Amino acid sequence: MRAPSGPDVAVGDVLLSVENVSLSFGGVNAVSDVSFDIRKGEIRAIIGPNGAGKTSMLNIINGFYQPQHGRITFKGEMRSKMRPHDAAHGGIARTFQNVALFRGMTALDNIMAGRTLKMHRNFFWQLLRYGPAMTEEVEHRHRVEEIIDFLKIQEIRRTPVGRLPYGLQKRVELGRALAMEPDLLLLDEPMAGMNIEEKEDMSRFVLDVNDHYGTTIALIEHDMGVVMDLSDRVMVLDHGIKIADGTPDEVKSNQGVIDAYLGVAH
Amino acid sequence: MTGYTGLLSLGTGAFMGVGAYACYKLTTYFPGVNIIVWIVVSGFFSAAVGVVFGLPSLRIKGFYLAVATLAAQFFLSWCFIRQPWFYNYNASGAIEVPTRTLFGIPVTGATASDTTRYFVVLGIVVAMTWLASNLVHGRIGRMWMAVRDMDLAAELIGIQLLPTKLLAFAISSFYCGVAGALLVFMWYGSAEPAVFDVNLSFFILFMVIIGGLGSLTGSFFGAALIFILPIVLRYIPPEFGIPIQSATVDHIQYMVIGALIVLFLIAEPNGLARLWQIGKQKLRVWPFPY
Repeated sequence: MRAPSGPDVAVGDVLLSVENVSLSFGGVNAVSDVSFDIRKGEIRAIIGPNGAGKTSMLNIINGFYQPQHGRITFKGEMRSKMRPHDAAHGGIARTFQNVALFRGMTALDNIMAGRTLKMHRNFFWQLLRYGPAMTEEVEHRHRVEEIIDFLKIQEIRRTPVGRLPYGLQKRVELGRALAMEPDLLLLDEPMAGMNIEEKEDMSRFVLDVNDHYGTTIALIEHDMGVVMDLSDRVMVLDHGIKIADGTPDEVKSNQGVIDAYLGVAH
Repeated sequence: MTGYTGLLSLGTGAFMGVGAYACYKLTTYFPGVNIIVWIVVSGFFSAAVGVVFGLPSLRIKGFYLAVATLAAQFFLSWCFIRQPWFYNYNASGAIEVPTRTLFGIPVTGATASDTTRYFVVLGIVVAMTWLASNLVHGRIGRMWMAVRDMDLAAELIGIQLLPTKLLAFAISSFYCGVAGALLVFMWYGSAEPAVFDVNLSFFILFMVIIGGLGSLTGSFFGAALIFILPIVLRYIPPEFGIPIQSATVDHIQYMVIGALIVLFLIAEPNGLARLWQIGKQKLRVWPFPY
């Protein structure tokens, strides 16, 4: 269990609730009849063996996939059909299992791109790059520099991200998601392929994001140690079905979960 | 557009044609209006046409999009040849530039001096480069590059793909249109439809590749190289006493450009612009290696 977070972060109201959601591709049921919720300010983990439907679940939440059945309520509003950019408008940010950065752009530009939605100066000011457009650019650059300091990636600002090592790319991607100032941050295996030291750093960042900005986080992770340490509540999926949901301790002792991970004697 | 948004276009020549013909029609209908105004307005015509042909870009990418823009190229060329309305029913089938003045000085047509035309073009080029540079360094440039590098992630941070791509098409066609109008009005003086054929599109693509994708300086380097090369080839050999025919120069030019493109694609995909950067960096720290 993780130590209680700061006094200003109260784990509270339901931010996102998923009710009886099913998604299938042809005959394959990726997710069947799953319900769960994410509360404001918490770190919610989704775990499960390979192919359990974890990533599909995230894809449904941010609009890459449309579920065939079920309802999703975000910030108290029922969501109908939506596209990923609608999700972005709504305040959902996301990182990917295999890094999805803009490889040709510098780390700085990547994070600045994350602020696209926050910038409103129109085309003609952009053409002149003067007056309001410039003020806006500078103001957002300040915010981005704060994020860069926070993630300790100052010295790689000007490097095209395609040339960075994997661990740093993951960090830049987190930075880009943070730049959107999301209400809900979805992290798809933020620690995949990292060594212990990098994992510790990343865990620190995830906790700090949660404490500092009060961002609600939903994360998928395979490293059980990390999941049990970081998260407030854990949901376990197996073959698209929810088999357990609760605090890390409850989940750890759940027989169904142990069976799913270790296999059952037939 | 190719460099920043990753949309490959082979319709460039035709879009330049749209600019040139639009400018020609406008200035013959309304001779009283300043020619510079019409050159800029013809860019908008070209942008509109570009947006129409850019619509498929949401669905198709890469080579397939290139083929779609190639269709634009052939369709527009056909218009310029077969529809007499575009060239005011001239017997020659070509457009000829009438004399127009700016502050009392003739800037286009037969009586305009080379120097005035040069400075007018230079002025417009400087202004437009400045605007383009502003654009690509701000929010819009980042949106374009984001779409180029990873469209899924771009959508995820809230960029709508279609408007962004269409904007790229519009801006790029606008620049093509103005360039086409300038080419005819300030340089050639008259133009046949054949000027704006697919070869021009290819040449522009070559310039961009050699100069460096996704770089404004690169475009200038590329253009300079492609235009200076034949001149160098024509004047250098006689200096060494080697007689050379102009037909041979043309052949050599094509061979050299072809070789250069292959060379750049393999050795330095970022083109002359990247070499320029590396060169500057090396000179700054010279004589130390880094």
